[in-house]
Amino acid sequence: MNRAYRDRGYDHPIPSEITPREVCLGRRRLLQALALGAAGSGLAAWAGRQARAAPHPPPTALHPTPSALPGARATDPITAAREATNYNNFYEFGFEKTDPAAHAPAMKTRPWTVTVEGLVARPRSFDLDALLALAPMEERVYRLRCVEGWSMVIPWVGYSLARLLREVEPLGSAKYVEFTSLADPDTMPNLNSSVIDWPYREGLRLDEALHPLAMLAFGMYGEVLPNQNGAPLRLVVPWKYGFKSAKSLARLRLVEQRPITAWEKTAPREYGFYANVNPDVDHPRWSQATERRLGDGSGLFARRRRTLLFNGYAPQVAELYAGMDLAKFY
Amino acid sequence: MKRLLRVVERTRLVKPLVFALCLLPLASLIAGAAMDELGANPAETLIRANGDWALRFLYACLALTPLRVATGIAAFARYRRMLGLFAFTYAVLHLLCYAVFDQGLVVADIARDIAKRPFILVGFAAFLALLPLAATSTTRALRALGPRRWQALHRLVYPIALLGLLHLFWMRSGKHHYEDVWIYAAVLALLLGWRLRRSLRRARLRAVAEAA
Repeated sequence: MNRAYRDRGYDHPIPSEITPREVCLGRRRLLQALALGAAGSGLAAWAGRQARAAPHPPPTALHPTPSALPGARATDPITAAREATNYNNFYEFGFEKTDPAAHAPAMKTRPWTVTVEGLVARPRSFDLDALLALAPMEERVYRLRCVEGWSMVIPWVGYSLARLLREVEPLGSAKYVEFTSLADPDTMPNLNSSVIDWPYREGLRLDEALHPLAMLAFGMYGEVLPNQNGAPLRLVVPWKYGFKSAKSLARLRLVEQRPITAWEKTAPREYGFYANVNPDVDHPRWSQATERRLGDGSGLFARRRRTLLFNGYAPQVAELYAGMDLAKFY
Repeated sequence: MKRLLRVVERTRLVKPLVFALCLLPLASLIAGAAMDELGANPAETLIRANGDWALRFLYACLALTPLRVATGIAAFARYRRMLGLFAFTYAVLHLLCYAVFDQGLVVADIARDIAKRPFILVGFAAFLALLPLAATSTTRALRALGPRRWQALHRLVYPIALLGLLHLFWMRSGKHHYEDVWIYAAVLALLLGWRLRRSLRRARLRAVAEAA
């Protein structure tokens, strides 16, 4: 078997070994205060005034158990929660990476219902509490590779999307799942921008959506999702570029025709339907061969790392694309 | 007001103060890097901040002559060299941060990156054009070239200002995220428009003088 295809995703630290965010932050602040005086910290705060926004409101624990799913326990060092919650693409709240953390707290995540409809035997609306109780909460440590060329390693909390899809019994004619995110003009300041034809839409082939690694996430770092990361529930598809993992899901629809996704509509040459992570298929405007890993403590001088086919999940998902021309179906 | 300014100037404190202020962005970036306060992607923060400051100092430099003429305060002219050299300094840092933090100083990678991202070439062209201006910033160079040739050479600052703006605009075109690009563009349009109007008026005066 090809070396790149070897599964290394088993022996990962248990959740209790992941440093809680508060401890991590507190320790950092202390060290920082010791390292440089008040003047220096003022300067640093000024330099970082845009790069880092205020912390999100008090979190709630979800008490997940480690997932036993092959591939669900990446062994890479986990990205610091502070970075994963303050460097986000969530264009409903603004274009800058710091905009979601600044503006998303205004989003109302309760009450929340998710409609699952289309080509299913039992279409239905799920209340958030019903979704939280639908299946045991698992923690899965996934690599997240953004199409922009950076990556993180995040411990998500949730369960397989397939679990929800089974509830509604997809019909034989269903071939794709369309995901629609919330678009609330009252709380999302950037909906007047025309880059995206809101609401944000994503899609998966039904067999992709039913793959156990495709995940419905309700939390990260053991707690409920911060709003800027897609609360109260989002998609996480670790072998695809991050934009496929739609946030703050309002509706799932099973359809026969391939849905046109939000980014595909904006720039079809640049953002395809499949968007599988692939170092050999460049974005038209930049290379996808390497990536910068963020928040792993390796520092400024760390080299970019080689990007892996299917983001390293080839052992689990490559067969979904057997015989497919990945350059054509990008 | 003018007399007050003259008194302030005579204290010889203004120039060092302006110099220190120009160093503040750099100091804040260094402190931010030392304390890991530059966000999740410090390399990106450093590259972008230095690029922003290069453009800001360049445009600030171009604003000095209109300010001098509009206010009648000759002292503004004395900061052209300083602001120009700070624009150059931040441009050097911008390029260095890109080459070191983004590309690991691997020349082959940089060449590949430029082929993929032509806006980098535009920025690099602007940087190359800045080099002779920085090199001839000394009084000695001004004397050696003679004021006419020196001024002709330093008119390069106008294409540089436009290339810098194009570099930023093109970088942002992927997301159609132009909020600050429009601000830079408006400022530059104002600065260049003022010069255009002035040279047109001068040409008209000359024509009148010749006719008389």
